[in-house]
Amino acid sequence: MTCDKHITLFVQCIVDGMYPEAGEAMVSVFQGLGFTMDYPPDQTCCGQPAFNSGYRSQARTAAKHFIKVFEQSTTIVCPSGSCVAMVRHHYPELFQDQPDWLARARAVGKKTFEFTEYLVDVLGVSDLGASFNGKITYHDSCHLLRTLGIAKQPRQLINSVKGARFVEMTDSDTCCGFGGAFSAKYPDISTAMVKEKARNILDTGADAVVGCDMGCLMNIQGYLNRNNHSVRVMHIAELLACREVQS
Amino acid sequence: MTDITTQQYVQAGREAMKDDILQSALANVQGRLGPGTQAAYRNLPEGPDLRLKAHEIREKTINNLDIVLETLADTIRKRGGKVFFARTKEEAVAYCLKVAQANKVKQVVKGKSMVTEEIGLNKNLEAAGIQVSETDLGEYIIQLAGEKPSHIIAPAIHKTRQQVGKLFSEKIGTPYTEDPATLTGAARKALREKFLSADMGITGCNLACAETGHISLVSNEGNIRMATTLPKVHVAVMGMERVVPNLEDHEILFRLLSRGAAAQKLGGCVSYIGGPGGPDFPDGPEAFHLVILDNGRSRILADPAFREILCCIRCSACLNACPVYGKISGHAYGATYCGPIGAVLTPLMVGMNRAKDLCLGESLCGACQQACSVNIDLPRMLRELRFRLAEGDPAWGTTPVSRMERLGYQGFAFLAGHPRLYGIALKLGAVAEKLFPKNKDMISRMPGLGAGWTVSRDIRPVSGRPFRERWKSMDRKN
Repeated sequence: MTCDKHITLFVQCIVDGMYPEAGEAMVSVFQGLGFTMDYPPDQTCCGQPAFNSGYRSQARTAAKHFIKVFEQSTTIVCPSGSCVAMVRHHYPELFQDQPDWLARARAVGKKTFEFTEYLVDVLGVSDLGASFNGKITYHDSCHLLRTLGIAKQPRQLINSVKGARFVEMTDSDTCCGFGGAFSAKYPDISTAMVKEKARNILDTGADAVVGCDMGCLMNIQGYLNRNNHSVRVMHIAELLACREVQS
Repeated sequence: MTDITTQQYVQAGREAMKDDILQSALANVQGRLGPGTQAAYRNLPEGPDLRLKAHEIREKTINNLDIVLETLADTIRKRGGKVFFARTKEEAVAYCLKVAQANKVKQVVKGKSMVTEEIGLNKNLEAAGIQVSETDLGEYIIQLAGEKPSHIIAPAIHKTRQQVGKLFSEKIGTPYTEDPATLTGAARKALREKFLSADMGITGCNLACAETGHISLVSNEGNIRMATTLPKVHVAVMGMERVVPNLEDHEILFRLLSRGAAAQKLGGCVSYIGGPGGPDFPDGPEAFHLVILDNGRSRILADPAFREILCCIRCSACLNACPVYGKISGHAYGATYCGPIGAVLTPLMVGMNRAKDLCLGESLCGACQQACSVNIDLPRMLRELRFRLAEGDPAWGTTPVSRMERLGYQGFAFLAGHPRLYGIALKLGAVAEKLFPKNKDMISRMPGLGAGWTVSRDIRPVSGRPFRERWKSMDRKN
């Protein structure tokens, strides 16, 4: 279980419940790299929704569960920047008054990696043999970009996909308006934001918009679908698992 | 501004989003200043990390605020200025009125100042029969229109030149024109007369320096220089946090202030004001007063989780980067300070429950911190406010915002700690969602909490086979 080419999968709750194919794609990418994986079946949610809404003791319950489930693992990889930001940066905040849990939280945080960060920074790979016919644009998710500082890794991976033509959208680093509970509680503001994001995506003429956080992508996809736009919305793992025949 | 309308955040935001002219003005100012400020930080000789150094400077000053302010008061007094510590806005207003009355003031000219908005100074002076003229062009426009600033440094961005042309023709008799230069000329002419006849100048204070006993003011129109030197009395009002201990710190913060505010290396006109004129220095006013305002700041200082907000130097860079401000504009925040700084500061000044929408109605994207000239962790404090609102906080008179929501998150926490039940809940969710109407395989209408989402978006239903199940049957090499 602890050989070099082994990772533990931390599958974000949105991916688990609503976008399982993104999780499968991540598995297939790591299989392609010759990795073995384990998936602790007791994993649930990292607690971010409660934390961001101010319900810290509830977030702490989820965080303790997460730590117990994952602390035996050597390397934990997750297809979501905001969940990794939660574990790495906000768990220590939650446990600042509980030294024993703080130490355990920090230890887990150190070995938890975001998917593209792990591929590019840790493994040093960017070409995964993927191919895709079409034009691709990329949305920078806020916590991925600003809390984890991940911007070039996903771009490097996209640029290595055969047949994919990468085009930057205007304001790729502007929030899509998801913001967790914010999107349902303040729908007018959230909608105005995703509307602008959708316009910037459509203006690129891209066939697909790619991102590293299914929360943001769910928001973007929800808006595009409602307005009958056919742009594909893909988690970056799905793109990297893509083997389209070149036309 | 003393009318607090924070409860109308959602409604006022909705109105702003319907106003196409306002939307394009906001996009324009953010599109210009947002990236411009980032470039200005990058082009600093020390690089953008100077913001981190500035944060340290601010933090240290705030942690020693009592000593620094005492030093400031001493040095100002030594220079012949008067210093008044105002505990409340009422005390600050009363002091300004007292000075005005003692000097038989009939006309006041003002430099642009948010802190005088905060204490509602203009209307109190006017009620005492004193004529008040704003001299910053943007402030002058909104004063004529009877409106309030919608941006900390660009108070009239919500008005078009057509609207200004109409306003000027109605209020100051300028023949209607849309030409900005002609309009500015008309304002200039009207204001020159005010400057020459005013007997008191009132300004804010960008930064006060304790070591030297001077205050610094930046403007791009030169109006502050005239407002502080032509009338015989100058009163400056400052929030008690707007002080630096020495000139070295002053220099660093000043460079960041203009970059944060307008992507400039330095504002067009900078005034260093060191008290009244005298035999050796005839250019100053006859009397100089500095009002140092608390108005709730000590309470913020006393709470370690919120103290950091006092590091703010009101450059307004966060407004130019915030995607929420960029949609709802400044008036929706319903109080003096808008944008991300207002979203944190206003609940602390007017009450968390009263201003709850300001901190809940943000997406926590973090663009504000990235833009902040002194790198304040605004998202952290937004979350802290949410925490106080969730749990209630007697020290702040805050009551829990929603019992139902709390119950919901308790349920969430229970499921998060019980994986088997969590898995069953997913299954039940997938079954229940089959009942909802669909648009191309996505749910188009949901009740309850989901209703807000499906107003404008569809949503993927929960999969009948979540990843946790697929994993079991997946071909894996372990």
